[in-house]
Amino acid sequence: MKVLLFGTCLVDTFFPGVGEATVRLLRRFGAEPVFPQAQTCCGQPAWNAGYEPEARAAAAHFLSVFDGDDPIVTPSGSCAAMVKHHYPGLFRDDPRMVAKARRAGERIHELSHFLVHVAKAHEAGLRGKGTVTYHASCHLTRSLGVREEPLALLSSLKGATFVPMPDAARCCGFGGTFMAKLPEISCALAEEKAAAIEATGADTVTGCDSGCLMNIADAMKRRGTPVRVAHLAQLLAEGI
Amino acid sequence: MSHGQTSLRFRENSVRAMGDDALRAAMKHATGTFGSKRAEAFAPVEDVEGLRDRASAIRERVLSDLSGYVDRFVAAATRAGATVHRAVDASAAREIIAKILAGRGAKRIVKGKSMVSEEVELNAHLEAAGMEVVETDLGEYIIQMEGETPSHIIVPAIHKNRRQVGKLFAERLGVPYSDDPQVLTKIAREALREKFLSADAGISGANFAAAETGSLILFTNEGNGRMVTTVPPLHVAILSIEKMIPSLADLPDFIRLLPRSATGQPITSYVSVITGPRKAGDATGAKELHIVLLDNGRTEILAGESRDILKCIRCGACMNVCPVYRTVGGHSYGWTYPGPMGLILTALLTGMANSHPVVDASTLCGACVEVCPVRVPLVDLILQLRRRKVREGFAGPKEMRGMALFGAAAASPGRFALGQRMARILWPFARVLGGKDVAGRMPPPARTPFRRSAP
Ligand code: SF4
Repeated sequence: MKVLLFGTCLVDTFFPGVGEATVRLLRRFGAEPVFPQAQTCCGQPAWNAGYEPEARAAAAHFLSVFDGDDPIVTPSGSCAAMVKHHYPGLFRDDPRMVAKARRAGERIHELSHFLVHVAKAHEAGLRGKGTVTYHASCHLTRSLGVREEPLALLSSLKGATFVPMPDAARCCGFGGTFMAKLPEISCALAEEKAAAIEATGADTVTGCDSGCLMNIADAMKRRGTPVRVAHLAQLLAEGI
Repeated sequence: MSHGQTSLRFRENSVRAMGDDALRAAMKHATGTFGSKRAEAFAPVEDVEGLRDRASAIRERVLSDLSGYVDRFVAAATRAGATVHRAVDASAAREIIAKILAGRGAKRIVKGKSMVSEEVELNAHLEAAGMEVVETDLGEYIIQMEGETPSHIIVPAIHKNRRQVGKLFAERLGVPYSDDPQVLTKIAREALREKFLSADAGISGANFAAAETGSLILFTNEGNGRMVTTVPPLHVAILSIEKMIPSLADLPDFIRLLPRSATGQPITSYVSVITGPRKAGDATGAKELHIVLLDNGRTEILAGESRDILKCIRCGACMNVCPVYRTVGGHSYGWTYPGPMGLILTALLTGMANSHPVVDASTLCGACVEVCPVRVPLVDLILQLRRRKVREGFAGPKEMRGMALFGAAAASPGRFALGQRMARILWPFARVLGGKDVAGRMPPPARTPFRRSAP
């Protein structure tokens, strides 16, 4: 099955390892990922900061690049949520574009959702190691409703122990441009998250959004917490 | 007691608040407790989602014909013997109330908790007119003594711990120090009893107003609401127009939802329903009842894109779960209403020019939307306000230029790739040149972007 891979601007620019892991995983489960080279960003930074025309420009570009019928897979809950929930409204005055946006919203899968519902990866017996805890990022859980899928994948890892994090779905303070606009609050929230991670005693923390993981990793570095931060895609790909 | 207008300094306010360890600990403790109690309180309720849908639909119905419901309320309350006044804005409300009180020679006034009276800064106005105004809700009593304003719409003194309260009471009331909440409550009760008995008038807010019967509905835990509205001969209630519900038949849904959402209680200790002043044969009630209906911008909000905020029933659940509110406390927001619903109301009621930084005070995590009992789409409303902020020119020029560049790059793969290359080259400079807030917290861009190796 051909799937279109939306890498996200953050993975593309800062975390190529997450993209590579996503490719390996998709291939392992019989999908044939194709990365449309013309892709850029879903437009979320502009949308969340109130810049509608800029967000619309990004969305229109996304829709033209990801046109077609193939499923779209992305290793990011918040980018998938952007496409699914905010694209149609951006084009409210253009019924043709609204329809296009709706179709894209139906075709897009956040990676863990695709792995569980389409690829049945949680039944594959991937290997893992150590103790792993999980941060449930906001848009993934509340906007997309993807709550159980990452947990199913994590607890299926042979040889790894999953330890739940208290208040796992509490925001890490990233919030896209929030991080830049109110850095003090963002850091305070990330530190609380880091403390919660520390308290689990896990040696690895994982999640499905690179932005949150980046913010968390920074706070852990500041605290000197020696916990590894890995995107779920990376963790799963290691066990292939 | 004045609010000042410090919404514009949200960032500075929040940095200061975060430096206050006692405040942070108190906030963390209290909001954490409310959160877990809320979950427990809802556990035995059957079909919570259906209940929320119904409550949301009732509020929606009210908004779809607000002036009609207000008219019906006015007619019914008048029939029941109350005098209803309409206040267009805060100063009108203050003057109407001051005039009623002065006309009856009222000097000593007891008050129940009312956020609307905070919104119109009523106390300062009455005190300037030579009246003594005593807050009788324990939390409000504490912060009034401290010369502060509420930092939460349900729990006004949420930012204080019991040791601070104990010290305050010992200093101001000359009682022996205690930090036992029961002892402190008793001390306040005794101090207030005498105030109730000698008061010339009571001022209250209202949680709801039933249009069909003209009734005011008050939820209280300490019984002070009941005292304020029935012991003094004169009762003045102030409420904003959107507090309408169609009839008393709609009340049970809110009795089930509001206390559970607010403090995690299955029900409040007292639900008072006041329909008109005391009539012949009534055992209790004020002899004279005045109701002040405040507009103060609501009609305008109703006609605009943000109307859904008027569905809010002021339960405070959204602030209890908001990571930003829990970290910076209510005073950081700089006006009467804090947290997610508060930043929306602040921007709408005080104007973008006076408040634009607070519309950024959300990570858009959606925790507020998840708990709101009447399904106010808080995140959508915040996004709307951010768009308005940009449209109306309150965004910084640096941000506007950055976003214009972003838009151009996002629509063109060539420019996007160029941007990636530039970021890679400029990163070390960005880090040095004051970019430490952002760039210093991000890793450097990868040597080779993913797209080069992607299939
Ligand atoms: S917006 Fe919703 S959660 Fe917040 S105070 Fe209003 S009713 Fe309660």
